[in-house]
Amino acid sequence: MITTEEKSVNVKTECYHCGDNCPTEDIRIDDKFFCCNGCKTVYEILNANNLCNYYDIEAKPGISRKADIKRNYDFLDDNDFKKSLIDFSDGQTTTVTFYIPGIHCSSCIWVLESLNRLNAGIKFSQADFLKKNVAIRFSEKETSIKEIVTLLDSIGYEPSLNAEDKPLDDSGAANKKLYYKIGIAGFCFGNIMLLSFPEYLSISDVDNDNIKYIFGYLNLLLSLPVMFYSSSIYFISAWKGLRNKIFNIDVPVSLGIFVLFTRSAIEILFQSGAGYFDSLSGLVFFLLLGRLFQNKTYETLNFERNYKSYFPVAVTIRKNGIETTIPLDKVETGNRIIIKNGELIPGDSVLIKGVANIDYSFVTGESALIPKKIGDVIYAGGRQAGGVIEVETIKKVSQSYLTQLWNSKAFAKKYDSPIDSLVDRISKHFTFAILLIGFVAGVIWLPDLSTAMNAFTAVLIVACPCALALSTPFTLGNSLRIMGRNNLYIKNTSVIEKLSGVDSIVFDKTGTITESGSDVFDFIGSELMHDDLMLIKSLVRNSTHPLSQKIFASISESQIFDTLNYSEIPGRGIEGTINGKSVKAGSSDFVGLAENENHTNDTSSKVFVNIDGEVRGYFTMGNKYREGLKNIVSSLSKDYELTMLSGDNESEKSRLENLFPQNANLLFKQSPFDKLIFIQSLQAKGKNILMLGDGLNDAGALKQSDVGISVTENINMFSPASDGILEAQQFNKLKDFIKFSKDSKNIIIVSFLISFIYNLVGLGFAVNGSLSPIIAAILMPISSISIVIFTTLSTNFLARRRGL
Amino acid sequence: MSVIVVLIGASLLVAGGFLIAYLWAVKSGQYDDKYTPSIRILFDDKKNPENK
Repeated sequence: MITTEEKSVNVKTECYHCGDNCPTEDIRIDDKFFCCNGCKTVYEILNANNLCNYYDIEAKPGISRKADIKRNYDFLDDNDFKKSLIDFSDGQTTTVTFYIPGIHCSSCIWVLESLNRLNAGIKFSQADFLKKNVAIRFSEKETSIKEIVTLLDSIGYEPSLNAEDKPLDDSGAANKKLYYKIGIAGFCFGNIMLLSFPEYLSISDVDNDNIKYIFGYLNLLLSLPVMFYSSSIYFISAWKGLRNKIFNIDVPVSLGIFVLFTRSAIEILFQSGAGYFDSLSGLVFFLLLGRLFQNKTYETLNFERNYKSYFPVAVTIRKNGIETTIPLDKVETGNRIIIKNGELIPGDSVLIKGVANIDYSFVTGESALIPKKIGDVIYAGGRQAGGVIEVETIKKVSQSYLTQLWNSKAFAKKYDSPIDSLVDRISKHFTFAILLIGFVAGVIWLPDLSTAMNAFTAVLIVACPCALALSTPFTLGNSLRIMGRNNLYIKNTSVIEKLSGVDSIVFDKTGTITESGSDVFDFIGSELMHDDLMLIKSLVRNSTHPLSQKIFASISESQIFDTLNYSEIPGRGIEGTINGKSVKAGSSDFVGLAENENHTNDTSSKVFVNIDGEVRGYFTMGNKYREGLKNIVSSLSKDYELTMLSGDNESEKSRLENLFPQNANLLFKQSPFDKLIFIQSLQAKGKNILMLGDGLNDAGALKQSDVGISVTENINMFSPASDGILEAQQFNKLKDFIKFSKDSKNIIIVSFLISFIYNLVGLGFAVNGSLSPIIAAILMPISSISIVIFTTLSTNFLARRRGL
Repeated sequence: MSVIVVLIGASLLVAGGFLIAYLWAVKSGQYDDKYTPSIRILFDDKKNPENK
């Protein structure tokens, strides 16, 4: 019966401040509705100080205050703590910088830069959108840090006060130094070239030979800052490398710069020539530009991986009593997250409800379970082992932190990347080869000392190792980005290379080639009462296994109880105690069914259920295979050996034989350990294996294989043993991804060839003794720039051709 | 023709002035944040507080 108290908010009213739905229309000022009193308070503060322009710049710019808790900032009176926050203070004026994760739009910037209107003690505030910082300068006499932080909190922009909270690393400082060096090198380069014009155009002024010498000395002077300031990074790096007996890329570069300078200085001082100062300064200028470009590319890569790329992990949050899944990057501090058995805690949180036993192997490598009490902090990267728990995030999720953990040594596989070792070998031999060639070239000309010296130093100048330094990072970095855009999130660049060398593919069945969409299924056995269904639903809620999720989705009972003593045995079943009754779900022998009950002649997966010691029957569900599976595997089988491993019985065999091609290997009843052994046996035959799994009961096998990719749908099942995460929807692009990684490797090899050609041409001139300054100045930067352009364009082109 | 030396000297001075200006700009943080200024220019400066 519809009562008049029922609030029928047919037209959904949105909060004027934050945009969330207003559950009631009671909270309002004039014609503006708010979802909660928190939002209304912020509006009142802003309104009272004439800051309502906040709402004009962007609609509903506020951050919801619904989940807000009262925070106590008394600890900010402590002087030691204050010291850790302060950038600068002279007793009268103090500057602090806060990291405010809530910054998300232009209104935020506007209000944060208008803080002086809310607190007269704040003299100046400047926000940085990308870094989500705000720098505040205030007068010590008029206000205090505690007041400022309380103010920020009251308008919804509470700062994160943890010392370790640095989302983007300090690349700004490194780039700043680079800007100085580039500016000086550019200035000197331009002027030196200008002063070298007479030399280029062979103008000799019969009247005034002095001019040539004056220009020469000016060039020498101008090249000093280039030599000793701008190129110092190369010298320092080469020196450090040599001290450790490593010949890195900067050794030949430094050698070249040094030789250029010395030879040119000698020529000027002894008036035997014009020197190569233009080449020197040009070389240094372009090298530095290349370095800046490289830094920017890495920053963009990191930025994209942090803020834009699809880290295909979704978390379940509880908001207003309703559970929904949201992608990882939308998680905010203060969100209540539901974590199931095996799931990752995405950001530092406090335990609110449930029995937590946390496995920190992801972070520390130790797999001992650590029990946590309600109110304890659980750090990001831990995984829950046991029943469902509810936590509240206290720190913003950092995808880069999780990626960092993922890349830690604990999960590194022992595998040498051929390309990397190729680059290393080339670098090592490069310097020696160049010295050898130079020496030989010099010796050939020997009767003629000046040409001999000419040839020797020219060889050192022109030989350019730029391809080595540039092509691999640029190509692989670009490929990583492209794959990320297509929802294949790869751990790091060396995975791409491994992927290109794969010759055998292993598929897991459940969750990888089957979809987890809810299927029509039956329960066969003694009829389940309302209470029984509630018990079962409460039990399966704790598990992330696709079958558990299907059962969960299909039971319509809404009441869920807490599970005690929950445990999940991969490949077998789950059990727990609910409302005093023991409940088990899983394979027939797990629930205690005698072996002679024959259930092997069906075509579906079965999950048996045992409530309070009595086996009640089983759920049957049809396996729904991913769309296009047949096409994908048949096209893959042309080039790769295919295998499918399943933990289920052979009931699906005939269906799978239809889907997979003739020569594919189908194995059933594989335990997680069997899968691991199988991978090892293939590897013993010398195969390079790509394994696709869901990361649940094949984690060991994923780790053992050369490349392990987790196929995920909408869950938080992130296995650190995998090398990549593929969104289930992109499963049909598998072949394209593999081919593309091969393309990337080819591009690198081609760019090596291109650089080789450049070097040949240059060396040709050098050995001949006819290397003029212009040619040297042109060749080097052109080769670097062309390599970068080539690798970038060709990766994009080939990606498009593959449909990525 | 030797006047060219004077001209070169003058041009170096001017160019040097620009270099100093550039170094000063980098030092004072102009290139630290290249994104937020693009948001800032869209704000209106309100000299007199509006009455809503």
